[in-house]
Amino acid sequence: MRSEGTFGGRFGGYYVSELLVPCLEELEAAWLEARDDPAFRAELGALLRDYAGRPTPLYRSGALSAELGCAVYLKREDLLHGGAHKTNNTIGQALLAKRMGKRRVIAETGAGQHGVATAMAGALLGLEVKVFMGAVDVARQRPNVQRMGLFGAEVVAIEQGSASLKDAINEALRYWTEQVRDTFYVFGTAAGPHPYPSLVRDLQRVIGEEIGQQLAPGKPTAVIACVGGGSNAIGAFAHFVDDPDVQLIGAEPGGDGVATGRHGATLSAGRPGCLHGSISYVLQDAHGQITETHSVSAGLDYPGVGPEHSHLKETGRAEYLPVDDAEALDAFRWLARREGILPALESAHAVALARRLKGRFGPDDVVVINLSGRGDKDLDHVAKLEEAGR
Amino acid sequence: MSGALEQHLRGIRAEGRGAFVPFLVIGDPDLETSLALTDALVEAGADVLEFGFAFSDPPADGPVIQAADQRALTAGVTPPAAFEFLDAVRQRHGTPVVLLMYYNLILQFGVDAFYARAARAGVQGVLVADVPVELAGGLVEAAERHGVAPIFIASELTPADRLAQVATRGGGFVYTVARVGVTGEQAELAAGLPATLARLRAAVDRPLLAGFGLSTPEHVRRVRAAGADGAIVGSALVRQIEAHLGDRPAMVRAVGDLARRFAEAAREEDVRC
Ligand SMILES: Cc1ncc(COP(=O)(O)O)c(C=O)c1O
Repeated sequence: MRSEGTFGGRFGGYYVSELLVPCLEELEAAWLEARDDPAFRAELGALLRDYAGRPTPLYRSGALSAELGCAVYLKREDLLHGGAHKTNNTIGQALLAKRMGKRRVIAETGAGQHGVATAMAGALLGLEVKVFMGAVDVARQRPNVQRMGLFGAEVVAIEQGSASLKDAINEALRYWTEQVRDTFYVFGTAAGPHPYPSLVRDLQRVIGEEIGQQLAPGKPTAVIACVGGGSNAIGAFAHFVDDPDVQLIGAEPGGDGVATGRHGATLSAGRPGCLHGSISYVLQDAHGQITETHSVSAGLDYPGVGPEHSHLKETGRAEYLPVDDAEALDAFRWLARREGILPALESAHAVALARRLKGRFGPDDVVVINLSGRGDKDLDHVAKLEEAGR
Repeated sequence: MSGALEQHLRGIRAEGRGAFVPFLVIGDPDLETSLALTDALVEAGADVLEFGFAFSDPPADGPVIQAADQRALTAGVTPPAAFEFLDAVRQRHGTPVVLLMYYNLILQFGVDAFYARAARAGVQGVLVADVPVELAGGLVEAAERHGVAPIFIASELTPADRLAQVATRGGGFVYTVARVGVTGEQAELAAGLPATLARLRAAVDRPLLAGFGLSTPEHVRRVRAAGADGAIVGSALVRQIEAHLGDRPAMVRAVGDLARRFAEAAREEDVRC
């Protein structure tokens, strides 16, 4: 490897089976080369614009501005083709796979959004796609399973462990270890072994860059995003990391409340450890066994988090706060009623956190919420919760 | 300077036979049964015992070892309990012990404390499945401080520069991957295994033990013929645990019988030229 891929020398790395190191090396080299190749950038830029619909709007929400008493903008990643920010990443990685001569790509998925976005990119670019998804998630995210099927991807339901995202990643890593020679792993978030945290951040940083352009000559007081593995958040934050005037705030899944132990608030309640190839905050027991997480939103239901977020937390550059299920569901309904926008349950965590931080901002402040995805995929799930009285 | 583990394996090679190294997960299906299974493995002729500490998320392992990890975790086995098990093994047997670990368990135990405790339990070598050699500096230092051999994996995909690091930083033996993939039984071994072993032999002056996917005594003969100094067998033995979960005496007998066949295959006259 050209770099150990650490953030602040402490988080990150590539803690994987020896067998995977050569292909991570190959991936790192291919990405560094592609990133600097004007032809690759032009091709990616054109697809993001003409196929996926970038730039996405930055919409000033009247309802949220009135509620918080400052200017509140929604970065509309929900309007991106595919319905979430995930498309920024999958088109980039699928193009890279093609450039590297790989015909088959694999992906893990939780909510199904990354699986859908990978299946979409595979259909677009003529790649064979296999998606690993926990059986529990297959059941709670049906529409996305159907979409992946229509795009021609094969969905493999994983029964191991808690049958959710972390188990899907384990299985994708195993499959990759078996098929390293001809398979490209399209990793879905800014976590995992180096070079993925950097690669995914580079592909998602377009979110923050556009926010910067759309607000120019002004700039945000705060950028708020939900954090599962951390890709939409790092994408929204990266452009502003070097500007200390911009507060960076992450909303973590608080589930039933951090005190209950039934949550996925890795940065708020975990401690440093090694999971899925990197050193980062991890939810684990006293001995280092990874604990099962809980969140109303499948896309945030993950006991790990990207290493760069661990670094931003430890240096105090960003803060991360838990938002529990009830608060997120409330924000989901509130935004639908007040703005006619149905956010993904993941993104609803960011909306809820902004509403909670109301007193922090004054009339001259500008708050940007990254609306990472749309909520159509969650309708069944929310209806079931409603029947159950939540 | 080469340690006791390497000397032990070199001694076996000098006798013209191959080493047989069985693998079990500590506490699968419970600690007491693990001890009985260990007795059976020693009696069957194990030259080195390899043990794994159960981990909740083992991406380098196939379904058989994953299930073993789950059984041990369900039985409540923690790293401190696993070390007490190793203390007991040491009191009963002189057979060298090596560990197969996932990094997070070592990190949470504390790196230095882990190797210190391992040394006290008589552990002679530790392989960490998810730490590649170039990131293992801290682990190697701690291992050496406590007289434990840091064992590394190499495969047909490992390039020369990283193999050189395995040569300089590693100890004990080189865990040679007989088939690219995760652990688990396989019908076929990698066709290129003889060439891989020859390349490793030229790069690293240390015993080469082959593992991953060895499921039959015939496989053991084949890796010996391909140039390995011994064979590590895990999933095939663990499968016998799984098959006899309700009946401990039958389980111990089945694991012991199968291990004996592997041990005999490893012992056969040196088949190499
Ligand atoms: C809409 C949406 N937002 C956020 C996430 C969380 O992922 P990340 O933290 O990588 O942005 C997901 C994951 O599936 C998602 O679908």
